[in-house]
Amino acid sequence: MMLEVRNLKVSYPQRDGSVIEAVRGVSFSLSKERLGIVGESGSGKSQTGRALMGLLAPGAVVTADALNFAGSDLLTMKENQRRALRGSRIAMILQDPKYSLNPVMRIGTQIIEALRAHRRVNAADARTRMLASLSEVGIEDPERVAQLYPHEVSGGMGQRVMIAMMTIGEPELLIADEPTSALDVTVQLQVLAVLDRLVRERGMGLLFVSHDLRLVSSFCDRILIMYAGRVVETLDSGRLDEAKHPYTRGLLDCLPRLDAPRHPLPTLQRDEAWKS
Amino acid sequence: MMLKVQDLQVSFGEFTAVHALDLEVSAGQSFGLVGESGSGKSTVLRAICGLVKVAAGTVQIGGDAALPLSRRVQMVFQDPYGSLHPRHTVDRTLTEPLTIHGIGDSDRRVTEMLDAVALGQRFRYRYPHELSGGQRQRVAIARALMLEPRLLLLDEPTSALDASVQAEVLNLLDALRRERGLSYLMVSHDLAVVTHLCSQVMVMKKGREVETLSAEKLARGEVAQGYTRELMKAAVGFMPSAP
Amino acid sequence: MKQSPQMQARLRRAREGWQAFARNRLALLGLGLIVLLAVVALLAPWLAPFDPTQGDLLKTRLLPPSSTHWMGTDDQGRDILSRLLWGSRITLFIVTLVAVLAAPIGLAVGTAAGFFSGWVDQALMRVTDVFLAFPRLILALALAAALGPGIENAVLAIAITSWPPYARIARAETLSIRQADFIAAIQLAGASNGRILLGHVMPLALPSLIVRVTLDMAGIILTAAGLGFLGLGAQPPSPEWGAMIAAGRAYVLDQWWVAAGPGVAIFVVSLAFNLLGDGLRDVLDPKAGE
Repeated sequence: MMLEVRNLKVSYPQRDGSVIEAVRGVSFSLSKERLGIVGESGSGKSQTGRALMGLLAPGAVVTADALNFAGSDLLTMKENQRRALRGSRIAMILQDPKYSLNPVMRIGTQIIEALRAHRRVNAADARTRMLASLSEVGIEDPERVAQLYPHEVSGGMGQRVMIAMMTIGEPELLIADEPTSALDVTVQLQVLAVLDRLVRERGMGLLFVSHDLRLVSSFCDRILIMYAGRVVETLDSGRLDEAKHPYTRGLLDCLPRLDAPRHPLPTLQRDEAWKS
Repeated sequence: MMLKVQDLQVSFGEFTAVHALDLEVSAGQSFGLVGESGSGKSTVLRAICGLVKVAAGTVQIGGDAALPLSRRVQMVFQDPYGSLHPRHTVDRTLTEPLTIHGIGDSDRRVTEMLDAVALGQRFRYRYPHELSGGQRQRVAIARALMLEPRLLLLDEPTSALDASVQAEVLNLLDALRRERGLSYLMVSHDLAVVTHLCSQVMVMKKGREVETLSAEKLARGEVAQGYTRELMKAAVGFMPSAP
Repeated sequence: MKQSPQMQARLRRAREGWQAFARNRLALLGLGLIVLLAVVALLAPWLAPFDPTQGDLLKTRLLPPSSTHWMGTDDQGRDILSRLLWGSRITLFIVTLVAVLAAPIGLAVGTAAGFFSGWVDQALMRVTDVFLAFPRLILALALAAALGPGIENAVLAIAITSWPPYARIARAETLSIRQADFIAAIQLAGASNGRILLGHVMPLALPSLIVRVTLDMAGIILTAAGLGFLGLGAQPPSPEWGAMIAAGRAYVLDQWWVAAGPGVAIFVVSLAFNLLGDGLRDVLDPKAGE
């Protein structure tokens, strides 16, 4: 059991005394598998991922009955222990490389920096490993790309660079927060193929957070559907059609499909009861 | 003939975004432009309504020639968060086009339009930050329709919305087109969305037309070009390659 | 009278803005001090215990602070407190007039330059550069030499050298506003450039400008005080605070209160504007603050 989460709650107390509850009691466990968390905006899916990394905005209050990674308790961990985990054992890939890569540093330099944050390597070794990591994500000319700045590469390549940077420390768990949402459809598939290979070859656990139910079901083994801060359903990805919860069914039905035109599209009728 | 584009070329300095494009939209038709980023599809829309300069070719917009362009064609933008002025209430945003053209009876028109986009009157005096993404997009659609254009340009109108909200907005667009006899030229990267709303689809790549076909043929997979087939495959989802 | 819903919406937004502002204690303090300045300026004739311009050279010259003269008297025998109170009118006059003159010019030039680009932008920015190159005190000296000394010319000199940074700020804001879809949308609706600039661009460029102007106030007060100190601002016997410090210079060792009074007043008002400006920035332009 790599990751165990029981009753995770994330809330943001406001200045006027009210509390915004972003995550309201989420539980799941993760072994060496691919788990997808799907939800719309405001469902709390991103907050869940970030809570695991300890990367929430200041002012966030995180509680849980259990929040364990490989036996260590993430809740009571000190900040320097957390930092040691981040990047070397748990890594996170974000949505838009435009915003998550340092724009004033060359790509090669950033990756080496990420590597040296967790491993002691000399400069020559670091460079070799950096170039290797770029080839591993399918970049054909690593030496050239290492010299470029983030704004000089396309979105798809930027995302590959981000994956290289985050996995160079050989983490056990990878959290991907909408890793392909900012990319074109054809590029999405390429990046997912890279992710697929890496996860398989290194035996990493993967937590894939996305709004795209179909994409997640084609990529992950299991899916959690989140709504209003709670998990409303858990499914094996091959069994989407057997979804029971009305929200999941509604979500599946309301997507336009090439092969099954429906006019008008069925819309989601939100039920207050889903929030409890 | 609501829109006739011939040999359109749009350039930004040295870079040509759109090459020699031809397209036609007849009255009451819904036409889709599909492509990835860099295909030039959004640039085509902006060139048609005059937001970017046309380097070569012609654009003819139908409708009453006596009316100014702004009353014949309007646009709905992609980002609901960026297309409404943050300091203007919904009422101001909807009334301003009428004021510019000296169209009276604005109170009644605004009321009717808010009902037509299923927003109701309670949002009339709200600011954009008090609305959700779907609500903002409805306001954007309402704004576009205030001047009663016959041609509506839609630039990825649902890409920034959640799936459930997207379905509502797509239904709304569908209904409005049928009720008012509008013509749509819609841009999207999402094949399913385009085939849902449009009867005719043009696939674009790097500023050029790849192929044009009916939505039915696209849905059935009767495509001629390899690139189109690639897009269709990508729309289905991830296929793990054999290990 | 029932308010129109549009007015209600505006009031609601204003109230939200006020609540956000009021959370900042220091900003409230700054605002309070400035309100106090305005009140004092308004009520000076009734608040001042003595005549600010007439003093008794024989009996009341250079008296230290006491229960009759709370801040002492100056070398002309005038009560310093009364002079400070009346002088607040001059300070307020300077600050308001410079803001009213310089800010609109800066806003107009900056938004026009940013919106129209091309040669309009080039021309306006070069003009701005010319005015930016003028050092304030030198220009004030020149104006004083040409037009004669006096508070109005000092204000003119300060205003002329204040507007260029505001134009720069307005231009920078306009450049990013211009890209927004809501500008494209209103252009598509057939709006004239004037309508777009006045109704759509300026309201968004204004907050940063207001913050900058407020933060500048301290500098403006000090510049006016400097001009007064040089004898270029308000002329005697006008109780302008800078001129008062100049007069107190000769007595600063033994009769420190002559310069200290106006010095503290300038310090407090400058601080108040800085606190207010910081508070406004946090509310109006949150990106810059954090």
